[in-house]
Amino acid sequence: MAGMSKIFYLVFIGAGIVLCFIRMIKGQTAADRTMALDTVTTVTTALIVVLAFMLKRAIYLDVALVYALLMFIGSVVIARFLERGL
Amino acid sequence: MLATVQNCMVIALTVLMLAGAVCACIFKDLISAVIATAFVSLLAALFFFLLHAPDVAMAEASIGAALTTAIFVIAIKKTARSEEE
Amino acid sequence: MLAAGAILTAIGALFLFVGSLGILRLPDVYNRLQAGTKCTTFGSFFCIIGVGIMEPGWFWKCLIIALFILLTNPISNHALGRAALKSGVPLCPKNVVDKSKEFKEYRENREEK
Repeated sequence: MAGMSKIFYLVFIGAGIVLCFIRMIKGQTAADRTMALDTVTTVTTALIVVLAFMLKRAIYLDVALVYALLMFIGSVVIARFLERGL
Repeated sequence: MLATVQNCMVIALTVLMLAGAVCACIFKDLISAVIATAFVSLLAALFFFLLHAPDVAMAEASIGAALTTAIFVIAIKKTARSEEE
Repeated sequence: MLAAGAILTAIGALFLFVGSLGILRLPDVYNRLQAGTKCTTFGSFFCIIGVGIMEPGWFWKCLIIALFILLTNPISNHALGRAALKSGVPLCPKNVVDKSKEFKEYRENREEK
């Protein structure tokens, strides 16, 4: 039962990453692609926390912390560029 | 069972990273190419994480996705945005 | 305790999947932004808090990660929506109301007077 629930989490969150990737390939404008990047960052943070729970190592949570702190810089920089500012 | 799941995830990540790298070569709009590169390095960080190397994953996440994107965007702002035929 | 955390994490995973499906299926940048912000923030918050409840020693670290996501994700998506509006990404053809265009016309009229 517990193993099935863990596979449930992994399958659903991984399917989220794949769907965002398809939008990144298909997206017509650059804003679509940036939005897919930003969303996949959040989804990956949740996936890393769930994987850290499955592998039972507390040190792996630091990777999720770095993801949550640093990844939004990239999307903010691209958004400022699209706004013709920077 | 956990090892099987990890192998499946590694295979799926490899396919996604290859597709992202091919997209980064194909796109004509350079901002889209930069976004595809950021995707590839984000998935590479996840890949390092699955291979039990969290320190490398941290370095890849901070340098590959945040700093490289910012530097590429500054370079594109100083030159041209779309690739010429 | 374990069951409560498992249910919370399952709800979060479901919301993450639904948000990603919305990103793929919705017709417009602004609609996709709405799906990608609200659903994903909610889902990842529940996922991380659920893991923190399942492992009681990790609770404060998980809470800090969730708070960072709660702070950074709306900021970047707001900047992105503003950038899409200013760089002239068109709305969906089925759209009914466009408040930003009305506000721009109102401001131009006021400046003429």
